[in-house]
Amino acid sequence: MKTWRFCEFVFLLAAVVIGFSAGGCVPVPSDKTPDGRTIVQYWEKWTGFEGDAMQAVVDDFNASQDEIFVQKLTVSDIARKMMLATAGGNPPDIAGLWSHYIATYAEKGALTPLDRLLDDAGITRDDYIPVFWDLCEHRGFMWALPSTPASTALHWNKKMFRDAGLDPNHPPQSIEELDRLGEEITLVEVTRDGERKRVRFTELTKEERENYDFEIIKLGYTPSEPGWWNGMWGFWFGAHLWDGDRTITAASPENIEGFTWFQGYTRKYGLDNLRQFGAAFGNFSSPQNPFLAGQVAMVLQGVWMYNFIDKYAPQLEWAAAPFPSVDPENLPLVTLVECDVLVIPKGARHTKEAFEFIKYVNSQPAMEKLNLGQRKFSPLAETSPNFVKDHPNPYIENFIKLAKSPNARHVPMMSVYNEYVDEMNVACDRMFNLLATPEKALTDVQERVQWKYDRVMRRWDLVKEDRLKQWSEEQ
Amino acid sequence: MTRREWKDFWTGIAFISPWIVGFVVLVLYPVGASIYYSFCDYDVLSRPVWIGTLNYQDMFTDAVFWKSLKNTLYFAAVSLPLGLVLALLVAVLLNQEVKFRSGFRTIYFLPSLVPVVASAMIWLWILNGKFGLLNYGLSFLGIEGPNWLSDENWTKPSIILMALWGVGGAMVIYLAALQDVPRELYESADIDGASAWTKLRHITIPMISPVIYFNLIMGIIGSLQVFAQPFIMFGGGGTNRSALFYAVYLYQNAFDYNQMGYACAMAWVLFLIILVLTWLATKSTRKHIYYAGE
Repeated sequence: MKTWRFCEFVFLLAAVVIGFSAGGCVPVPSDKTPDGRTIVQYWEKWTGFEGDAMQAVVDDFNASQDEIFVQKLTVSDIARKMMLATAGGNPPDIAGLWSHYIATYAEKGALTPLDRLLDDAGITRDDYIPVFWDLCEHRGFMWALPSTPASTALHWNKKMFRDAGLDPNHPPQSIEELDRLGEEITLVEVTRDGERKRVRFTELTKEERENYDFEIIKLGYTPSEPGWWNGMWGFWFGAHLWDGDRTITAASPENIEGFTWFQGYTRKYGLDNLRQFGAAFGNFSSPQNPFLAGQVAMVLQGVWMYNFIDKYAPQLEWAAAPFPSVDPENLPLVTLVECDVLVIPKGARHTKEAFEFIKYVNSQPAMEKLNLGQRKFSPLAETSPNFVKDHPNPYIENFIKLAKSPNARHVPMMSVYNEYVDEMNVACDRMFNLLATPEKALTDVQERVQWKYDRVMRRWDLVKEDRLKQWSEEQ
Repeated sequence: MTRREWKDFWTGIAFISPWIVGFVVLVLYPVGASIYYSFCDYDVLSRPVWIGTLNYQDMFTDAVFWKSLKNTLYFAAVSLPLGLVLALLVAVLLNQEVKFRSGFRTIYFLPSLVPVVASAMIWLWILNGKFGLLNYGLSFLGIEGPNWLSDENWTKPSIILMALWGVGGAMVIYLAALQDVPRELYESADIDGASAWTKLRHITIPMISPVIYFNLIMGIIGSLQVFAQPFIMFGGGGTNRSALFYAVYLYQNAFDYNQMGYACAMAWVLFLIILVLTWLATKSTRKHIYYAGE
């Protein structure tokens, strides 16, 4: 009898183990607060002052509500975790993603289309700076609304301009002038008559330049710093990375021209010299950041750069202006834009309540509070008169102007975005290291990404009708 | 079986049921599912779609797949023999009667205790082209060190160097085996006037051959699956994908590109490669391994 009881215990134990392992039994937490409000789970990636800015908006929303309570949770590596949580059937109600994930996640059925909710709320494209609305759209459906947007601009170090005898208030107006000013600022060390001497790059002899017989001390400009958008340089030469449908156009003449310019920097300063110089760069988010440390005079950076200048190099004399294109007359105000967005993952339990919060964030006061807190600008078409005046970034108007430009460009909104960017990075590396000509490297990218895209399209064609029907029914 | 035997049988099953459940849920099911997914277009988020052997066919035309395989085989072909010899050499030296022997043993073993991420971060600085300790040391010898991390010719040697730094694990296994070699064999060899080399060649190595074989097999498996160091140090694969290893490319497909079906197919191909190489290693070394019991 005693033995049998023991067996019963063991069986019970096994049953518990089986129950927990096989059922995926994550205990479902209560979705109501003690005072009866519906809890909306919100995953966001921001930490530090950016996280605080969003928390303040969440707190305002919660204070204004007696039906919904938004619980914000900071989550690192959010895109991957959201994907796994959605695949596992237990996603948050809202997630703060980046706009470039929308195409991939929407196409794979991981997001909830927002069109009907937007219609009901009377929110339209006219309410936004157009490019940020477009970044939330894919295959004719809206999948997100913006939270914090960003555009990029040329940041320059005024002191380095002055030290080189240049006008610190005159940024380059064309790519050609950028190259020239960069050379005039670049400081190098050479051995002449057995002595080490510091001279400007423009003072080097023809022989010293050809033999790369110098060491870079300070650099006026290099397109390989910060190296985050290396694959996108073609935008400043009028290039497009795809035709918007099924064809990859990485090897277009404009793109080849752009990357010939990019590779020209290795040819000009020498691969080993640039590598040696680059090896001395510190982390981006540190005082050893080459721009903040006064090692590089000009850099393409986003609206967030102000925060890092403020934190690590408050004494830096700097300014920001549009990054010049190859043809400033016909191609003015080119910029790369990105956007943080709020999405409702597929399978979220409180879609309506989640949208209430997203709608609140997209109201003018909340949006301005959030973006002032993060020191970015509002993606809304209208801003209050004090927004620019109160903004700590003295050049914020330039970033807004750039975002509104018809030449505001963004990474390809396609489901092989990650592969495309990776391939472009590999190609840039090959070009920078003089391992391939721009023609060869870009043709390789085009062929490879096209091959990958065709595979994804093969799948899309199989499920397209079902998907579109399902999305429309969800309206 | 009698009733009692049945009861004992089921009691036994009940006792090991946690393990059975764990094995079925965490091993058998994923392995089985990965075979199925390898024949599917599967992106984790939506239902898998059966596409037959297309993933396997795609691999043949995928230049990056071949590059990652080549890099991995190069790494294995260089680091494995070097690691085996170096670990044996260090173990033999540390088996001698020298002062501070345990201290030396600890020092050589320590690197294999350092967490992979920490060691990768340290090596990133050691190998830095401008400020790196390694190049600084080389400059005393009048050698201008290369840009280890950005020159495509030196990225794989960097990883090999790091792998050799961690031979402590294999060394400890050798040491244990060396201590098991009967002293009388050496004593009789001494009486016969054998040199140190002869003793190593004809006594030590044959006596520890099962352990060398063990380290070889583990080394084949480990080096073909190398992931953490190159992933941390080179992310997307380094200059011209010169440090893109098989497991890293597999990971990229699974988690960066959502091509889980393709990644599963790659995992099975890797499994087959390891299986074949292990079988070859077993077959070719069988005659040279001495088991005392046989």
